[in-house]
Amino acid sequence: MLTLIGGAAVLALLLFFTVRNYAVQVAQQGQDSILEASAKSMLDAATIRDGVVELDLPYSAFSILSTAADDRVFYAILQDGNFLSGYEDLTFSDSQTFQSDYIRGSGVRKISASRTLIGANRRTELQIVVAQTKDALSETLDRISRNTALLGIGFFVLAVALSFWATSTTIGQLGKLTTSVTRRGPQDLSPFAKPVPREMVPLVSSLNSLMGRLDQSLSQSEDFIAEAAHRVRTPLATVRSYAEATLQRVDKEENREAMRSMVKAIDESSRAAGQLLDHAMITFRADHLERDEIDLVDLVTDLVQRMTPIAEMKDLSLKVLGVPRAPYSGDPVLIQNAVRNLIDNAMKYGPAESSIEITVSANPRPRITVCDHGSGFPSSEIGTLTTRFQRGANAKDTIGSGLGLTIAQDVAMAHGGGIELENQPEGGACVTLSF
Amino acid sequence: MKFLLIEDNRDLASAIISRMRLDGHVIDHAEKLSDAAAFVETGEYDLILLDIMLPDGDGRDFLQQHRASDLDTPVIVLTARSQVSDRIGSLDLGADDYVTKPFDHAELEARCRAVLRRKSGNSKTTVEIGGVVFDPVAGHLTVGGEAVTMRNRELRLLELFLNAPGQIFPKTKLADRLFSYDEDVSENAIEVYIARLRKHLSASNLRIITLRGLGYRLDRDE
Amino acid sequence: MRNLIVLALVFLCHAGWAQDWEDQQIFKEAQATATLRIISSTDTDLFAPLIEAFVSRNPDIAIEYLVTGTADLDRRFRRTPDAFDIAISSAMDLQFRLTNDGYALELDGVSHPAWAQWRRSLFAFTSEPAAIVINRAAFDGQPIPQTRQELIEALRARPEVFRGRVGTYDVRQSGLGYLFATQDARASETFWRLMEVMGGLDARLYCCSGDMIDDLTNGTIAVAYNVLGSYAEARAESQDVFEIILPSDFPTTMMRTALVSKETGEPEAAQRFIQFLVTYQFEPTDVTRTLPPLHDRENGTERATIALEPTLMTFLDALKRDKFLTEWENALIQN
Repeated sequence: MLTLIGGAAVLALLLFFTVRNYAVQVAQQGQDSILEASAKSMLDAATIRDGVVELDLPYSAFSILSTAADDRVFYAILQDGNFLSGYEDLTFSDSQTFQSDYIRGSGVRKISASRTLIGANRRTELQIVVAQTKDALSETLDRISRNTALLGIGFFVLAVALSFWATSTTIGQLGKLTTSVTRRGPQDLSPFAKPVPREMVPLVSSLNSLMGRLDQSLSQSEDFIAEAAHRVRTPLATVRSYAEATLQRVDKEENREAMRSMVKAIDESSRAAGQLLDHAMITFRADHLERDEIDLVDLVTDLVQRMTPIAEMKDLSLKVLGVPRAPYSGDPVLIQNAVRNLIDNAMKYGPAESSIEITVSANPRPRITVCDHGSGFPSSEIGTLTTRFQRGANAKDTIGSGLGLTIAQDVAMAHGGGIELENQPEGGACVTLSF
Repeated sequence: MKFLLIEDNRDLASAIISRMRLDGHVIDHAEKLSDAAAFVETGEYDLILLDIMLPDGDGRDFLQQHRASDLDTPVIVLTARSQVSDRIGSLDLGADDYVTKPFDHAELEARCRAVLRRKSGNSKTTVEIGGVVFDPVAGHLTVGGEAVTMRNRELRLLELFLNAPGQIFPKTKLADRLFSYDEDVSENAIEVYIARLRKHLSASNLRIITLRGLGYRLDRDE
Repeated sequence: MRNLIVLALVFLCHAGWAQDWEDQQIFKEAQATATLRIISSTDTDLFAPLIEAFVSRNPDIAIEYLVTGTADLDRRFRRTPDAFDIAISSAMDLQFRLTNDGYALELDGVSHPAWAQWRRSLFAFTSEPAAIVINRAAFDGQPIPQTRQELIEALRARPEVFRGRVGTYDVRQSGLGYLFATQDARASETFWRLMEVMGGLDARLYCCSGDMIDDLTNGTIAVAYNVLGSYAEARAESQDVFEIILPSDFPTTMMRTALVSKETGEPEAAQRFIQFLVTYQFEPTDVTRTLPPLHDRENGTERATIALEPTLMTFLDALKRDKFLTEWENALIQN
């Protein structure tokens, strides 16, 4: 806005000086041509008779010099440089046709014109100098300056008004558009249907087409992740089930060992694939975080209930501790996934017949801590553990990729929190998600 | 137990069926939703295992219709989709639980047991033999009228023996059934569980016999 | 008039500033603190009522009124511009040139129409046509000429009656006469024919309107050409001797003008006088004015009124004047 006003002011000033400068030239040219006509008419009236110059000064020589501002007029008639009549103090220095001068207290513009008169036995040079004050010129210039100034001011006011109007309508519409874009949820990728000014139609239509493509690629990526999961998991499930069934029937120990290796490999790859896909899905959801009002205690309880059968298989017990309620606004799918990964890890490293404690706290900020009673994190690696694909040095023989902690950390960070790893003094690892 | 498996992948289905039958379950298999409806009408099932992606429709539609009918047969969904995106949909539509493919059969069994335990209510699926009353679904064991508290692995070990009395179980086979494949299990661990189970059964007529070099067998004192 | 003391001092031959003024009077109230010296070509008795009115309303200002001819006025004023506060003259061209040459003070406080002033320095305050004045006796039984052409014919018809009995200004002496003559010459060739006729009749030449009208009154001359109508009218009211003719072919009307000297010591008093002068002469009033009023240009006389513009300087040019006077002498002085 300030740039527009500044630009309009500069333009107005430019307009003022350009027009005024031009007017000065035109007005000066006008006075010069009148002076020239006056001098020429005087010269034309000169005759030479019997060797004597006669100059019957024409009435028109002065009448054309009459101005509304009552400009003073001076003239001088010289023969071969000698003063004949008029004003003796009016002189003309050199060959230049027009000059500005100062005579009897007034600034004047003057012209010199000369003519050679040829008599019977001599040639003589007659010079006429005509000068006129510049009152009418200054009055004209003053008037033009006033009008030009008014024009400039008018132009400035109009330009400012126009730019106000233009920006308020355009920026206003842009503002509305921005608001409606901002108000949308991350999942709302439908086109904008509100009417906009004609100038903004290309903007909105390209925005809409971008939304369309984004929507398509997003749903494609969601579909892709789901489809990929399906394609990978179903055959793995088939092979694994066969292997397990076969294992039950085969008695020869080397064959059984081969089958066990096979199942192990399938488990490892399927878990890795699953976590990769989960991670992709989580990254996607974290980028488009949608928050619901949830109770972290409910969420953890649900999850623990679902995971209990697996824990029981290992004679592990899952305990939910902490506050009775922890309301929070976040993505429940993401948080559950993060906590599930932490419990998975705890179940892997926790010794049989031990317990895993999941503690939910609400103050000062919502936190979920999962603790096991295993060997704990290697103290040298606590800092790097959450980096993708890192696994603890003591986890060589445990199936699972290092993605679990990475997923948990991504989820916590997407909610503006973080992850903390620590070892309990009495043994065992603790992972805390804060939101 | 009588199961209905609704799964269009025949290889996977037959692998599951053979594995289930090993545990002594009866299992019917439907490849399509239309077949499944016919099975549900004619036979009474303890549990339905349902795949989501089927050739003639979405498993979740079947789930919805099933919940709308009077039948309250529990359903466990077998899903190959991401746990993240399918979890809520399946549970909201009335599935009792779900397992993600590929699954550890032991996990499936555990989930089935957990679901049945929640759903069974008063119906008893108990086995009475040699002075013990065993409810595998509820996980209860009564020896000489006294309830015995058992750990999960002890319970599953007992179930293995009770399903096949007189059969010899090598230590490795028992280990395969009790531990998951990612656990490094020593034969000593099996001996620990056998010892615990013997202690639980000491007041009954049931005896676990050690056959040196072969394994273990459940015998009944006459 | 009760407080007014009119001091009429006639200096016939006075040493010191021994200029031979035609007339010199001081108009003064008792409490006057400032004196304005006015050099004028207008007879005192024509101007006195106006000055008396001014002095009675501005008792702090005294007026010294000095009368001389237009050419002498121009000469004296140029020589000692600081000796006078105001110059009043019927010679518009000389007054104009004084102003153009920078002798006049610009008065921003005077309100007067633009056509009746020049550069807020030179202010016109009368409208006075040049008239042909005839002695009725000489035209007894004859038609009264209404144009210059008719005058020429009347003179030619009876040269014995008019020989030595026609008069006009000696334009070599009278600024006003020169102005009228040059304006006539510019307007029509009839002027030169009239001059030739008058020259043939041994025309008498006068320096001033007053003398001419005196001779006309006493019968010395029968025709006076280019006399100021106002002067003639002042006499015509009491005497029934002559008739004033405003030529209907091309009347020439002059405006008396006033200017304030650039070197005046009393610019404020001078401006008050000028404002009073133009208002007195231009505003409609019941007061009987001795000076002819300034007519508004709107009511028809402007066509013949000599304009206040640079053309007034044309005939003041030395070369032009020489040429004009030569022709004039050739026409009028034939023997």
